[in-house]
Amino acid sequence: MKLQTGKSVSTFFLALVLSGAAFAADLRPADSFATVGDRAERSRALFAEAGKVIQHPRCLNCHPVGERPTQGTDMHPHSPLVVRGADDEGAVGMRCTTCHQDANFDPAGVPGHPLWHVAPKKMAWQQQSLKQICEQVKDPRRNGGKTLSQIQEHMAHDTLVGWAWRPGGTREPAPGTQEQFGALIAAWIETGAACPR
Amino acid sequence: MPISLNVNGQSREVDVDPATPLLWVLREDLGLTGTKYGCGVAQCGACTVHVDGETLRSCAAPVRIVAGRKVTTIEGVSSPAAKAVQKAWVDLDVVQCGYCQSGQIMSATALLEKKPRPTDQDIDQAMAGNICRCATYHRIRAAIHAAAKQLA
Repeated sequence: MKLQTGKSVSTFFLALVLSGAAFAADLRPADSFATVGDRAERSRALFAEAGKVIQHPRCLNCHPVGERPTQGTDMHPHSPLVVRGADDEGAVGMRCTTCHQDANFDPAGVPGHPLWHVAPKKMAWQQQSLKQICEQVKDPRRNGGKTLSQIQEHMAHDTLVGWAWRPGGTREPAPGTQEQFGALIAAWIETGAACPR
Repeated sequence: MPISLNVNGQSREVDVDPATPLLWVLREDLGLTGTKYGCGVAQCGACTVHVDGETLRSCAAPVRIVAGRKVTTIEGVSSPAAKAVQKAWVDLDVVQCGYCQSGQIMSATALLEKKPRPTDQDIDQAMAGNICRCATYHRIRAAIHAAAKQLA
């Protein structure tokens, strides 16, 4: 009887932990922010929600400040040592494609995508506040010359961005779905694309 | 499933699962055992081959991706840079146990084919993924510089 009680308690706490984990991995739907009356505040809140994706290690790992990308949920330096190189696709003789192919390759545990590369330095997100990231995302000089509409399209449909939700192996995906993320970015733009303070 | 490959200048056909690692196909189906299995997870570089002139870890690449492309292994590498590397490796007696050296030579050759006069930093960056448990790194770097001088 005691054992059963203990088991019930354990199951309860396990369920609690799992529901917490599931909650942490979710994104609030864009329309749930309609209750925020002030337009600019609503816009900031939407970007903060999208920030759960933007600042997830799955995204930050390939937006390094310096020469080297990181990897893993703990964002340790990429192993083996690799550098962005002149074109953000690796060093001469040690290209991204030396190891990363056009799709995740689970037998070796190596992730992949046809466009695998490191984000340019001017798009660095590591060590940046969400406000700084927001300002970079909006700045055509630092976002690849994109309009806000093109930014939304990129976030919502780019397949390398989408890899963050299909990382393969035991890698933790970014929160929510790319569709939800795209909807948050669209709503953020519709409400004036305000950046967090 | 039959897959056509070009390996060391020869057309070869293998009947394998397209997801089979290239290394398995090279060693088990084509008998090219010069390319070594080290870690199996793209961490050591022992399995390095060239595909269209670029380095590739054959343990971490499905064979389907090299269909129609030129694969070069340690048995077939023969460019001027490769010959310079081979001579420098012998002259400087680089090898100790030798297990990693196929991969080291393939990476060094790929570097010199793209950058005939590499700096120490170029060498470090190109060779960072090739591990040598005998720690012959200092001789590897010296041999790459020696090969570069031959090519000059």
